[in-house]
Amino acid sequence: MDEARIARRSLSPRLWLAGGWLVLALLAAVFAPLVAPQDPLAQDLMLERLPPFWLDGAEPGYWLGTDSLGRDLLSRLIFGGRIAFIVAFAAATSACLLGSTLGLIAGYLGGWADRMISRIVDVWMAFPPVLFAILLVAVLGTGLSSVIIAIAVIDWTRFCRVIRAEAMSQARMDYVESARIAGYGRIGIMLREVLPNVLPSVVALLSLEMGIAVIVEAILSFVNLSIATDDPTWGGIIAEGRLSIHQAWWVLVFPLVTLILTVLSFSQFGEGLKARFDPVLR
Amino acid sequence: MSACLDIHHLSAVLPNGQRVLRSVSLTVQPGEVRALVGESGAGKTMIGKAVLGVLPKSVRIVEGEMLIEGEDLGRLDAKARRTLIGARTALIPQDPLTALNPSRRIGPQMTDRLVRILGWSGERADSRIGQLLDEVQIRDPERVLRCYPHELSGGMRQRVLIAAAFAAEPRLIVADEPTTALDVTVQKQILRLIAQLQRDHGTAILFVTHDLGVVAKISQKVSVLYAGKVVEEAGTADLFAAPQHPYTRALMAATPRYTDPYASLKPVDEAVLAGLAAEIAASDRDWRPAHG
Ligand SMILES: Nc1ncnc2c1ncn2[C@@H]1O[C@H](COP(=O)(O)OP(=O)(O)OP(=O)(O)O)[C@@H](O)[C@H]1O
Ligand SMILES: [Mg+2]
Repeated sequence: MDEARIARRSLSPRLWLAGGWLVLALLAAVFAPLVAPQDPLAQDLMLERLPPFWLDGAEPGYWLGTDSLGRDLLSRLIFGGRIAFIVAFAAATSACLLGSTLGLIAGYLGGWADRMISRIVDVWMAFPPVLFAILLVAVLGTGLSSVIIAIAVIDWTRFCRVIRAEAMSQARMDYVESARIAGYGRIGIMLREVLPNVLPSVVALLSLEMGIAVIVEAILSFVNLSIATDDPTWGGIIAEGRLSIHQAWWVLVFPLVTLILTVLSFSQFGEGLKARFDPVLR
Repeated sequence: MSACLDIHHLSAVLPNGQRVLRSVSLTVQPGEVRALVGESGAGKTMIGKAVLGVLPKSVRIVEGEMLIEGEDLGRLDAKARRTLIGARTALIPQDPLTALNPSRRIGPQMTDRLVRILGWSGERADSRIGQLLDEVQIRDPERVLRCYPHELSGGMRQRVLIAAAFAAEPRLIVADEPTTALDVTVQKQILRLIAQLQRDHGTAILFVTHDLGVVAKISQKVSVLYAGKVVEEAGTADLFAAPQHPYTRALMAATPRYTDPYASLKPVDEAVLAGLAAEIAASDRDWRPAHG
């Protein structure tokens, strides 16, 4: 049993691959001014639409080429990562706190609290999420905090539903009954007995939600509803890349690849963490 | 001296009006083991849950009273009731797999009850648990306390649960089929262990089982339950010597003997069941809930 466990522990390539990419991308974003080879905003019409480094006509220092205004693509992706990660962490954490708390309450307490919360979730989920996000940002006004609020306000239901279901099945367990016999109150049982058992799912969902937040932010940037500054965003770069797809495919392809890798990594990282957190699977 | 547990005419119904407990009366004296036997669905677990105050929401008590050491649970407010039950009773559950929280280590699961219920210091609770683990013959308590439940075998988990049940020195333990989920070989050890600790600590036990062999080994008194109704109650020796109720006799006839395990294994007689149905119907006809 011990050997199998050790094997399972060390053999988790998806955790390492996903985690590796995320750490790399995060570090690059945090230290963007040090890491980025060029100024992401510097336009130079002499350098417009340079191809990536392995093609003819590439310039040293512009590894992934330049866009139609001569801005360095790699540097723009690195700086774009800043907003992507800020939105990912802030929005996902807010959605998680709100949704998990309500889900825990609904699932464990049941009764009218459950009926009320479940009804709200149903109504909420009747809205198409992307439309909902665009609507919210239109109302709140563009800007970083609006994007974060919009994502949290829309996506807390994802946490609420899953955590509610898990808390419900936990509430039926004998150890919850033993805790009740021992005189623990509802809040105590919720935090001590139920929460630790739903935590692996919370962590997995949180990571998944970070990926989703990155996509939503990209979509909002794409339709020009995200950050109203010149700061590069992945969605914004994709939108620009789309316009010059025939002259400079790389301006579209590299941000798309970056986006997909990041989103995939978030979801795989979450699943890997869940497997690791879960004492029974561990 | 008041009884450790005293149940008077306890009746409980489901939302559809079906009675699950029919005017159950039951007494457990201090230090005594009272067996509660009956077939599956008879309501044995319901009685245990009623005593411990953890009935499912759908089950409503409509009549009767329960006293723990002379204190009427019905007269206490919810908080006082919880405190009383928490301090004086404990449960040895049926399934050691779901009775321990899978994501918490054994140690804190056992000690936080002591700290919480008795207000002990962490150190005192630790040493108490160590002592109890010793009593249930767990050899490497240090290691066990650091384990997660899934790292222990079923028998080990049940030992841990027994230790936890006795740790706070409750006056009454409800043991709900504590050996059913275990291997036959382990069952005997666990049973012996419970009997041993029961004697050493002088704890009263309400022992739920459907196994008359177990009843004979562990209990001094027996209540036989059928369809939520106590059809017979007696001292264990008396019951085995001279069962009064036809259902009890049928149960005994259905219990395999070691000498010839299959010969006497037969279903309860039709006539007995018909008689029981009439008895239940008669008691329901006379029944007027006192309130509710
Ligand atoms: N949560 C519940 N809600 C409603 N009815 C229930 C519930 N749990 C059990 N019952 C019903 O109550 C009756 C008594 O069930 P109980 O679990 O007490 O039987 P038991 O004697 O413990 O049986 P077993 O030997 O199978 O454990 C059964 O008819 C059962 O269908
Ligand atoms: Mg039962």
